[in-house]
Amino acid sequence: MNKKPQEIMAKALEELKNIKGSVDLNDLKVKYLGKKGEFTSLLKMMKDIPQEERPAFGQAVNEARKKFEDELNDILEQFAKKDREKKLYEDEIDITLPARKIKYGHKHPNTIALEETEDIFIGMGYEVMDGPEIEYDYYNFEALNIPDGHPAKDEQDTFYITKNLLLRTQTSGTQIHAMEERPLPIKMIAPGRVFRADEVDATHSPCFHQIEGLVVDKNITFADLKGTLAEFARRMFGEETKVKFRPHHFPFTEPSAEMDVTCFKCKGAGCSMCKHEGWIEILGCGMVHPHVLEMSNIDPNEYTGFAFGVGLERIALLKYEIDDLRLLYENDVRFLEQF
Amino acid sequence: MNTPISWIKAFVPDLDCDIKEFCDAMTLSGTKVEGYRSLDRNLENIVVGRINKIEKHPDAERLVVCSVDVGQEEMVQIVTGAPNVRENDLVPVVLAGGKVAGGHDGSPNPENGIVIKKGRLRGVESFGMMCSVEELGSSRDFYPDAPEDGVFVFSDAYDVRPGDDAIEKMGLRDDVVEFEVTSNRVDCYSIIGIAREAAATFKKDFVLPAVSVEENGGNAADLISVEIKDKELCSRYTARVVENIRLAPSPLWMQRRLSACGVRPINNIVDITNYVMLEYGHPLHAFDLDRIASGKIVVRRAEDGEKFVTLDGQEHVLDNDTLMICDGEKEIAMAGVMGGENTMITDSVKRMLLESACFNGTNIRQTGRRLGMHTEAMGKFEKGLDPELTMEAVNRACQLVELLDAGDVVSGTVDVYPEPKKESEIRFDQEKANKLLGTDVSEDEITDIFKRLELVWDKGTGIVRIPTFRQDLLANADLAEEVARFFGYDKIPTTLPVMADTEGGLSAELRFQKMGREAALAYGFNESMTFSFESPKVFDKLCIPEDSILRHAVPIANPLGEDFSLMRTQSLNGILTSLSNNFNYRNKEARLFEMAKVYLPKSLPLTEYADERVMFTLGAYGDDIDFFFMKGAAEDFLSRCGIEDIKYERPDDKPYLHPLKSANIIACGKEIGFVGAFHPDVLDAYEIERTAYTAVLDMSLAIGMSDFSIKYKGLAKFPAVLRDISILMDKHTPVGDVEEIIKKKGGKILEGFELFDIYQGKQIKEGLKSVAYNLTFRAKGRTLSDNEVNEVMDAIIESLSNKGMELRK
Repeated sequence: MNKKPQEIMAKALEELKNIKGSVDLNDLKVKYLGKKGEFTSLLKMMKDIPQEERPAFGQAVNEARKKFEDELNDILEQFAKKDREKKLYEDEIDITLPARKIKYGHKHPNTIALEETEDIFIGMGYEVMDGPEIEYDYYNFEALNIPDGHPAKDEQDTFYITKNLLLRTQTSGTQIHAMEERPLPIKMIAPGRVFRADEVDATHSPCFHQIEGLVVDKNITFADLKGTLAEFARRMFGEETKVKFRPHHFPFTEPSAEMDVTCFKCKGAGCSMCKHEGWIEILGCGMVHPHVLEMSNIDPNEYTGFAFGVGLERIALLKYEIDDLRLLYENDVRFLEQF
Repeated sequence: MNTPISWIKAFVPDLDCDIKEFCDAMTLSGTKVEGYRSLDRNLENIVVGRINKIEKHPDAERLVVCSVDVGQEEMVQIVTGAPNVRENDLVPVVLAGGKVAGGHDGSPNPENGIVIKKGRLRGVESFGMMCSVEELGSSRDFYPDAPEDGVFVFSDAYDVRPGDDAIEKMGLRDDVVEFEVTSNRVDCYSIIGIAREAAATFKKDFVLPAVSVEENGGNAADLISVEIKDKELCSRYTARVVENIRLAPSPLWMQRRLSACGVRPINNIVDITNYVMLEYGHPLHAFDLDRIASGKIVVRRAEDGEKFVTLDGQEHVLDNDTLMICDGEKEIAMAGVMGGENTMITDSVKRMLLESACFNGTNIRQTGRRLGMHTEAMGKFEKGLDPELTMEAVNRACQLVELLDAGDVVSGTVDVYPEPKKESEIRFDQEKANKLLGTDVSEDEITDIFKRLELVWDKGTGIVRIPTFRQDLLANADLAEEVARFFGYDKIPTTLPVMADTEGGLSAELRFQKMGREAALAYGFNESMTFSFESPKVFDKLCIPEDSILRHAVPIANPLGEDFSLMRTQSLNGILTSLSNNFNYRNKEARLFEMAKVYLPKSLPLTEYADERVMFTLGAYGDDIDFFFMKGAAEDFLSRCGIEDIKYERPDDKPYLHPLKSANIIACGKEIGFVGAFHPDVLDAYEIERTAYTAVLDMSLAIGMSDFSIKYKGLAKFPAVLRDISILMDKHTPVGDVEEIIKKKGGKILEGFELFDIYQGKQIKEGLKSVAYNLTFRAKGRTLSDNEVNEVMDAIIESLSNKGMELRK
């Protein structure tokens, strides 16, 4: 009698070996382990066995059943694994098919360049201000040391509204507003639109953008101006960027300078972008003219300051290698979506 | 300012650096070099040759075979088609393997020149080429002695021998540097000014020409008189007289210098005035003295409406702001602008009056603008010249007249100089200058710099005397710049400002605009930028009525044409033009936005700042774009700004929008923008052949309503009760009416509602629509009972029913 479990197990294992698929396996499971299965039937035979043999028989049945069950589960697992693998295989996709388009808009190249600039100066503690675009002659010229009849006034091709009001030709007027309205010390930049009577072509536009900068405090030096703008250039155009300051003339700064940076395309070796100079002119700057401070009621004997002005389009064109200024105002999505 | 190095060296004899070094150093000391041009560029292996023998070409009628002596043992055989070759002529010859700058037809010169190789012309060997001035990169303008067609022939004046360097003999071994001179450095619009800077830059001696006139007797004051009637506009008038004028070509050295500066040699008298203008930066004018009535010069303003013919034959109508040079009877020149036809120098001239005057720069500039004229002389005068220079300049011209034997200079000068200019003085504070620069430049160094610049520093009093030609030096800061320029901007240290901490960041308005930008990007809109000014035609294109306030735009007094003549009062033209561009480029979809100002005048003509309002303008067309997409964009942005109280009203004041597919956006009871499809007429006007949509928000208003305070509301813990209702209503009644009722009657337990279906069609009576909502009820602290919800639902249904909206069964 005690041999019976072993026999059933042997038979069951034998059948298990021949199983081909998970359906057969389930049938086998029912056949041996189901309610009417062979192992269950064996246990039902318990009552026909003498009392003293029952424990040993029960143990034998359970052991045999356990062994079969383990083997069966193993195989079951193998089948499941195979099925999963098969499923994975069926799920195959062509990963080179096009991605689904995410419609997130693109910033205007001017804005990208502007925000980069803003971030750099905000990091150095500069406030970012706005100013009126239709401006008084006083703020655009006179308070900047450009009185009537000054050649610089005629050179700028100003759009006039009336004798006193005009479209600002430069953001420099925001310097005056800042000095008039803000407590000292001042540390600000002011980006915005400016206007000059230039016909539209690949390098000119009657409407463009500048970023003005102004720092006024006691003991501000030309060396501070150099340091600040060199830092700006490094962060804007790359860590290895070198700067060169050349003397220049602006009526509202003295001394004045223009700043060149090493060409960010050829790193100074000379290429078509920098006209083989290795350097690119980026901005004008200088120490705020004492007369300008005075006109804004700041004592030039106590305070000094520096100012600078950057052409935003110029930076955007150079940095993103855009070859025609007109593209910036045409708003072709094929252009904008490249930024 | 084009300046030949050879001419600079005439004043700075010790200058000895290569051209690149020269340009870099000048730029760094403040005289910016724009570029330079080597006159001998691409000219290689070109010598003087004597044509020894000319023979006919055996096979070509138009060619000849020359045997040319180029100073070597053997003759060189050259085949040429040049029509002007003669035996014994001395000509420039490029030998095989050498290079010339261009072709003889005067077409643009190739970048790397043209290499001349040994070749065969119709079977006869040729070992070089005889050159025309065009092939040497020049033109007959600058070599008046060159033949109209054919090779250049050296006249005796060149004094050349076979084998000589032809390029050197022709004066082409020179570099011409183009300087960008800033408007404050009037003195640098001259060779002498540039040379003075060069001497200071390279620490070399600066040698001014020694000007002296031998004179030939007589007395100028007996022949001419000068009266200045307006000393504001003419600070000095200096004149000399030259008799027995002998017109002739000027000598080669003068022709070469003028040519290098781009000035055509004409004759000795014209060339001398041009030469002095280039050298000193001071224009001179030569009048035919025999045509000046009673030898009298009167400087006065013109009468309004007076007419005058300048020497180019043009007639000008003058006004009282135009300064004129007159004689005893008539006007003879527009001061500082151009001489008159009536007194110009002609071939028959015998005596001339040489004018060297100083006119008011601003007046000259404005006269030029008014009359639309620009001449070389004006270009100088309008900068505001140094009156001290008139005497030196006229004497230099007379010296050259004598040197060139162009006439006899009458003794004496007539010089009217009502208020002689004095040298200015500046109190120089060395410590303050160093402090401004952030440097520690020593006293010795400053002394040296000032000396090189001819600034005389009295250290006892601290006074620096400024020569009259340096009109730009007015204060301590100007002197600090002079120190910085020659100390070297590159040697000034690099530091960061040491100051109290400041708080960086965008202003509230700019931050708000940035938020708008970021939101638009997230909705898939690309950022556009358009001009602030536009055409008055825009109003018609946008169907804006004649009496609309939008037509009250700020006009530009001097626009770049009508298309750019009004400051915009609305932002739609920009976005529509951009959409139109995209449509035109066949882009399937365009979503654009612009964050920019409109300019609303408080009154016209403008007397104070305009109201500059920032408009957030969205515009789009495409398959995924409809009214509700645009509405969603506007609504989402406003909601992010904490503006939740929003209503939509059908506008009656937006003629540019589709009347039934548009809405004014009312936030907190105030119109802050609108959304809708463009009116088909507007789309037609912009040639957009499909529906395009817009949404515009006034950011200046929105910022005032915004609320960025954030407070967490607890998540619901108790279950919600969901109910659906379906309503039949008139198809023209907005669903907004239904929502009003749901909100009102839903009370506290109404958590939210959502429209999930709108249907019109077969299963519904004509003229009606079916609208289905999904309502969510929830109480904060408990589970709602069905009864509670039923009560509310009944109230809603009743209320709807009262308005003629029935439950769909």
